[in-house]
Amino acid sequence: MSGSGDEPVTLSGRSLHPGAADGVVLALDEPLSFWGGVDARGVIVDAHHPQRGVTVAGQILAMQAGRGSSSSTAVLAELIRSGHAPAALFLAECDAILVIGALVAAEIYGTSLPIVQLTDDDLARLHTGTHAAVLAHTAPRPATVIAKPR
Amino acid sequence: MPGDDALVLTAEEESMLAGEQGPATAMCMRLIVGVARANGAERLVPIESAHADGCLYHGVAGLEFTERLVSLGARVRVRTTLNVGSLDLLHPGLVRADPEVAENGRRLMDAHVALGCEPIWSCAPYQSGHRPAAGSHVAWAESNAIAFVNSVLGARTDRYGDFIDIAAGVAGRVPYSGLHLQRNRTAALVLDFSAVPAALLDADVAWPAIGALLGELAGTRVAALTGLPGDLNDGGVTEDRLKALGATAASAGGVALFHVVGVTPEAPTLDGVLGPGATTVPVTAHDLRRACDRLSSAATTSLDAVSLGTPHFSLSEFAALARELRDGPSFAPSVDVFVSTSRAVLAEAEARGYADAVRDAGGSILTDTCTYVTPVLRDGIRTVMTNSGKWAWYAPANLGIDTVLGSLAECVASARAGRVVRDERLWR
Repeated sequence: MSGSGDEPVTLSGRSLHPGAADGVVLALDEPLSFWGGVDARGVIVDAHHPQRGVTVAGQILAMQAGRGSSSSTAVLAELIRSGHAPAALFLAECDAILVIGALVAAEIYGTSLPIVQLTDDDLARLHTGTHAAVLAHTAPRPATVIAKPR
Repeated sequence: MPGDDALVLTAEEESMLAGEQGPATAMCMRLIVGVARANGAERLVPIESAHADGCLYHGVAGLEFTERLVSLGARVRVRTTLNVGSLDLLHPGLVRADPEVAENGRRLMDAHVALGCEPIWSCAPYQSGHRPAAGSHVAWAESNAIAFVNSVLGARTDRYGDFIDIAAGVAGRVPYSGLHLQRNRTAALVLDFSAVPAALLDADVAWPAIGALLGELAGTRVAALTGLPGDLNDGGVTEDRLKALGATAASAGGVALFHVVGVTPEAPTLDGVLGPGATTVPVTAHDLRRACDRLSSAATTSLDAVSLGTPHFSLSEFAALARELRDGPSFAPSVDVFVSTSRAVLAEAEARGYADAVRDAGGSILTDTCTYVTPVLRDGIRTVMTNSGKWAWYAPANLGIDTVLGSLAECVASARAGRVVRDERLWR
């Protein structure tokens, strides 16, 4: 974080899917494919991923971009339905594959998983363990993230 | 990052969104428009076809979405082919799906057919009669098919996945963004293979290795590849190589478009596809060996199964396999050999005797699905050899097994020997 360290920092992003959430950041060292990369309970199982074994469920997942299979959409929608999805997604690049998972879950289940696009620099500030609150309006309007390091 | 909503819809599209063409069309348009707004698209673009992969069962959400569309009366308005499902409907004994997947996977496949989609059940639709014209806009899902239709056929699709694919088929349009736009189809990166020996590039195993390296270096960026041989009119050899390359690059990275200079339709010359500020990376035989080794996780030479046909085996791949099998011994009884393909290709392979050659050697042929997305392999199988970089990438996590990536000839020799046999001459 910039400044002295403990002060909350407000970041402005671009909403990719609306919603509000509050939680702890899990910053991924590498992009993750939900399909083939995450099991039904939200645990990372991708043998190539450095954070294998870590759970994404209920976390604010921060990553550069999605990766790999287009079936990640369905896996994300199913994680939302079953209650094992991340609380929010922060991305540096817009990833339509993940946005659609959130849009479909909203249509069928009335859920609202916020997905926010942040700049590379802002994303890099969000370390694992940072507490964050997010409010994202309808895409592509702004989204606000308030981050507070522990 | 300002969030201006730049999207402008036509009167027809507004009418679809407003529900004047029925609730299913309206729901599909909400998804298309939702993605368009996230992407910052200024308009939508009509599509000529779609390829949908939502027919593979990933859980209740996908089934409830698709059955909702059916109950709302949805029908696709452009040609929409279907990717693999969770079941082999022609050879039901081969898949050992649990009761939920057997029941819901079948319902999901049926629901897609009820929407008017063509049940080709293949991840290689481009080798089962669905080949969009160069320059046409399409909405394709399945990462290998996306890479192929963009790169090898020169049609234009962005990376679509479950739900948006069928929504695009129903709405007949997609956001005019991403790889639909010419400006996003230029190369940000050049990989130069001119220092790699021609003999290595003539080996089939080089191509998934090239794909793995491309995926690792390019991520989601468009790359141009120089110094590679090929001719898309050579009877399928180059096409199958680029299929293996693209499938692996789309697994190891997010590659949705690559240009092979002098080979693929948008890249007659490097200058024509070079984006601003593109950097060049020289590739060596050592780089390819390293990429190939990373797709092999097995530490021993013991072998339990061989899996071929990811993406689905083409007719020319069947011909090459039949040549390898001719006059040779059968597969070792301890090694299960599977070839995954489409119904359409299987019918041709039956007519030419290739399918019987596989069965006579002791192999099994699977259609409509694939050995790494649904339970086909016996319990207790630990090490599987494959000629597919995509299979080698995903199977360890999906199936909990170790993999060995090899050439088609190495796969056949290993299946016969009952242990992993490598041909080190390839790499000298």
